Order: sequence, then structure tokens, then C-alpha cells
Amino acid sequence: MSAITIEKIEKSFCATPVLREVSLSIADGEFLTLLGPSGCGKSTLLRILAGLEVQTGGSVSIGDRVVDGVRPKRRDVAMVFQSYALYPHMTVAQNMALPLRMRRLSSWQRLPLLGRFMPGTNAVVEEIDKVVMRTAKALGIGHLLARKPGQLSGGQRQRVAVGRAMVREPAVFLMDEPLSNLDAKLRVQMRAEIKELHHRLGVTFVYVTHDQSEAMTMSDRVAVMLDGELLQVAQPQEIYDDPDDRRVAEFIGSPKINMLDARLREGGLADTAGTSFSIAGNIGPGTALTLGIRPEAFHLVDAGGRNVLTGAVRLVEHMGSDLYVHLDVPGTDHPVVARLLAERAPQIATGQTLHLGVKPERLLLFSADGKRLRHDHHRNATVLRIKERVQ
Amino acid sequence: MSRAASTAIKPAGSSADRHGTRKALRHHRLAETFAAWSLAGPALVLLVVLFFLPVFAIFAIALTDWQFGASNLSFVGLGNFKEVFADEGFRASLVNTILYVVIVVPGTIVLGLTIALLIESGKSCRAFYRAIHFLPFMATLTAMAIAWEALLHPTIGLVNQTLAGLGLPTANWLRDENTVLPALAMIGIWQNLGYAMVLFLAGLKSIPQDLYDAADIDGADLWLDRLRTVTLPMLGPVTMFVFIVVALKAFETFDTVQVLTQGGPGHASEMLLYTLYRESFEYLRTGYGASVAVVFLSIVVALTLIQARVMDRKVHYQ
Repeated sequence: MSAITIEKIEKSFCATPVLREVSLSIADGEFLTLLGPSGCGKSTLLRILAGLEVQTGGSVSIGDRVVDGVRPKRRDVAMVFQSYALYPHMTVAQNMALPLRMRRLSSWQRLPLLGRFMPGTNAVVEEIDKVVMRTAKALGIGHLLARKPGQLSGGQRQRVAVGRAMVREPAVFLMDEPLSNLDAKLRVQMRAEIKELHHRLGVTFVYVTHDQSEAMTMSDRVAVMLDGELLQVAQPQEIYDDPDDRRVAEFIGSPKINMLDARLREGGLADTAGTSFSIAGNIGPGTALTLGIRPEAFHLVDAGGRNVLTGAVRLVEHMGSDLYVHLDVPGTDHPVVARLLAERAPQIATGQTLHLGVKPERLLLFSADGKRLRHDHHRNATVLRIKERVQ
Repeated sequence: MSRAASTAIKPAGSSADRHGTRKALRHHRLAETFAAWSLAGPALVLLVVLFFLPVFAIFAIALTDWQFGASNLSFVGLGNFKEVFADEGFRASLVNTILYVVIVVPGTIVLGLTIALLIESGKSCRAFYRAIHFLPFMATLTAMAIAWEALLHPTIGLVNQTLAGLGLPTANWLRDENTVLPALAMIGIWQNLGYAMVLFLAGLKSIPQDLYDAADIDGADLWLDRLRTVTLPMLGPVTMFVFIVVALKAFETFDTVQVLTQGGPGHASEMLLYTLYRESFEYLRTGYGASVAVVFLSIVVALTLIQARVMDRKVHYQ
């Protein structure tokens, strides 16, 4: 059993807070991704899980055991580093064997020349070699065992790093941006391989990345972090469709979500950018709101009116199946970006006036302080509601 | 140049045009060659005048019986070399030098690394410790040698006074055949220590923290395991460099011998560079001295080649 419980973890470096009361539960066998921009504290949290960094406050449990103050090697975790951190002077086989040698051999048995003559050494070494061989074959690097890391490509080094983590069959895999040093094509391939590895091993994975596509494609759940805080922990689709916070909505999704500042008036209408949107519920008139509209929530309509944005086309990006249309809408600071299906959109030219409709149910409403406003169907009211998270 | 520019933009149509383009290209190549030579020239001249010519001169003189200041000389072939290797004084000098290097190089490396590790592991006064250990390397060895002479003085020297105070046997360090070479070697270590330490400190700083983290997670988290798994292997290139530089410096030891012992007692502290100096400039046997210089040069070149060919590949883990 290797569920992880993180309770109110705090961390400061010289009075600069990096993590503020982060609490999170990770189920046994779950693939959880910590997602956030660089400097948000996600790597620090992972290093605290590994025991490489000591938290300022709070507690970490792995399985049923509180591991605060337990040395990394006794936590039953393995880690894959962004730089792979392979020992350059050792062959692939020696790199992969090291975690087992450190655990299964005494310090006398590990002595450079004498160790071989200590009783029992040979049997253990043979056993370790077998495990290394088996793991290497499973990862498709069996033919590289005699090479040094300096002679390997980025992808091969990555596999060796994963292999070194795998050999001891840890309860938890920690991965710190393992794919960011690979080229784009290899990244997509390794993404699938890591996901498959997770299925095969069935152990808990905690994966740190700043790349939302990695987070969305691989994870069971994504934990979005910003400025040392956990903003939302949910399944990838939910993070995208139903963000709790304006910052989550803005961080996830490419192209970025369009944010329009609006003010509510009588009759459930929100005025913005020369048009008005119908807002159901009972928010008081005069309230300032932000309307979040995902680029793909737009559809082409023939004329302006309620729930329709009108503007001049500034730029058209052809993406194959889709078109990204950048629209200058009067009354907005940034161009509005719409993602339209290429086959549905007729020839769109720069400078042309376009009308983009939005169905009211696809609007994401945020209060002035960035919290999400959701529609409560039972009371027919839009309320500020932070969903009680099941953790 | 304007002609070159105008022909370059015209499509290469007629043969006259093509001829023009080729001419412009050749002109361009010539200009480039000229620039290259004029940039490399001064350095090349200096290298030839100050390095290659003297080396050739030494090889030439080594084959003659020339004496410094003499107006005539005759070719003696390998006679000087025969004499050099038959000379007991030279053989003693060579053995002494090798012994000295064998003590100084490992001593400097081990102590330098130890001090670097100690400074790196502590948090306070790092700059101070760095500075005091580096001072001997900066100081003029001739001046320092006089200070050492005072310390090693058989009766009033601090070393013997301390030993006597502790009830340990004392020695006449610089006048005893058995202790003179080790004493000089200790001074050599003392002098090179700071240099090795600074290089090791720089090497320690450049070891990625990730590797220590990986070692922690892999279970190599005890002091000795970390040292063996990460620190020492990652210091390989630095150690190699320190080894070569200190070995070269040890082979070139001259000041301490000249100031403290003049090669004595007997030949007990005579070393190659001192022999070379004495033969050439005191006895004025320049031909003989040159052949010693050739032997010396071959040792130095061999050391450098070892670094370039063999060790470099091993310590960089390619």
C-alpha cells in the first residue's frame, strides 16, 4: 500500500514562503501530476516527498507511515530527475545496479577489490545482474548495458534513469519534469511509454511538469499549483471544463481562454465589449464579473446581437483541422481568440467583420477576486461555491 | 570590391560573367587568407623565436662540447648523453627528482582534496581558510625557503624545539642525507597544497546537486558512499589536471634546493633542474647541460602526452 497523504506542508527558504499549507491525498496506484509554471513550488513539494528537502511545517505519510525525518532511501521511493542524474563514470548496467547494490550488499561487500571475496557477495551480485538485465530488456535498452551515459542519446538516457528507478520496485515513483530535455517528437512517444509503465507497475506515480499537455494526457488527476498554493485537484477533463479559479482556467488550455470584464445590469444581462450576455441566477445588478470563454466555445453566426461578439479579424492561423481566428473586439484589451473548425468556416480574410456566438451555458463566470461562480440548479442561483473536494 | 559586388548579384549567365565571379571569389579567398595570417602571425613569431628555436638550439648544443663563452666547439655526437647516464651525480639527481615527485604529487593531491572537502563541508569562514591555504602558493618560494630554514634549524628551529618538547627524536633536517629529501618534499607539498585545493574547490562546486540527490535516493547517502559514488569520480578531470601540473612543478623544483641545500649533503638533495643549472652556468659545460635539458624535456613532454592521450579519455567518461 502506498497512498500518500500530504498535510499542511509549508516550506520557506530564508523567510520566502515557497509552499503555503499544501494538503493533498494521493491514492494507492494513482498517477497524479503536479502542474504549474516554474517557480510555483511543485518541484519543492516533490523533493519534500522524496526526503531531499525538509519541510518547514506539516507532515507527509507514505502508506500508513509518517515519513517526516526519514532518510530518502528508507522511504521506498524512486525518483527520475530532469537531468536524469546518471553517474557518468558508470556503465548503464552499473548505474541501474547501484540502488540494489547499496541495499543488498554490506559496505564490506561493496569494497572495490576485496568485496568479491567476501562470503555471499557473488550470489547477490548475480541476482542483481539478473534483475538489471530483465529491467533493461523490458525498457528496450538491453543492448546498451555496457555503454556509458555519455554515449547515449537523450531518449536512451531517459530510459536508463527510469530503469534505475524501476529495479528496486519502489512503492512510489517520483518524476521531476523527466521529459523536458527531450525533443518534441520523442516527448510524445515517452509520454505514452511512461503512461504504459504506470499501468504495468500499478504503483503510485507523482509527476511534476509545467507542460499542460503532459499533465492532461497522462494523469488520473492533476493538481494545479500556483505561487505555492494548490488551486485545484481534479481529473484532467474537469480541470479544463470546470476550473475553480480564474488562474486555473487561464493556465490550462491552448490557445488561452478569453477573459472579458463585464458588469451586471437588470434582467440578468452582463455588458461587455459592446454586447451583452444572458446570465442566469440571481446575482445583484452592478456586480463586476469576468466572463471566461474557451476559444472553441465560439460558433459563427450571421449577425450581431445578444450573446454575440462582433469584431474585425486581425489574424488567421491555420492549424490543419482548426483555424485560430484572432478578433479585435472594441472594448477589450486583448484580441479575442476563437477556434473554429476549418471545414465549417468559410474563407476568412484579415480585416473582415465576424460575428461569434456563445451559448450561455458555455460561459465560465468568475468573481472579481478570481473565484469561480457556478450555477446552482436546485436554487436557480449562481453562487460563489468552492466545491468541497473529495480528497 | 564594387566589381565583385556587381558580378555577384548578376545571374551567372555568360561565360564572361562566370569568369568575373570566379575572379571575385579568388580575390575574397586571398583577402581572407591574408587576414588569417596577419592575426596569427605575431603569436606564431613569438612561439618560434621563444620556444621552437631555443629547443632546437638545445638539441644542437647537446651534440657538441661547447663551453659557455668559448669561441670554438666540436661535434661529439651522443657523447654527452653517454657521459650523462654514466655520471653517478646525474643518476642520483634523477633518482632524487623521481623520489621527490613521488612524495610531493600524491601528498599534494590527498591533502589538497582533504582540505577542499573540509572547507566545503563547513559553513563558516570559508574565504579565510581558502586564503590562508592559498598564501604559500602566492608567496615567493625563495623568501619562504629562508623562513623554512629558520624553522628547520637543528638547534633553535621551531620544529626541533617542538619535537624536543614533546620528547620526540630531533634531526638535522637539511644536513642529514636521510631527511633532506623528505624535508624538501614537505616544503614542496606545503607550497602546492593551496593550488590543488583551489582547483579541487572549483571542481567540487561544479558537481551537479542532482547527482548527490540521486545518490541519496539510491541509498548511497553515507559520507564514504557519497564520496565514492559521486565526489571522487566527478573530480576525475580536475584530479588529472592537478596531477599533471603538480608533477611538472615538482620536476622543476629549483629554488628550495638552491637556497637551502645546494644539492647536499653529498648528492642527497640534488635534483634535475639544479644539476642542469650548475653544469651549465657554474661549471660552464653548456653542451653537457644541454643534454641534461634534453632528458628533462623528454620527461616533461612524456607527462603531457600521457595526459592528452591516455588519461583524458578515461577521466571524462566518454
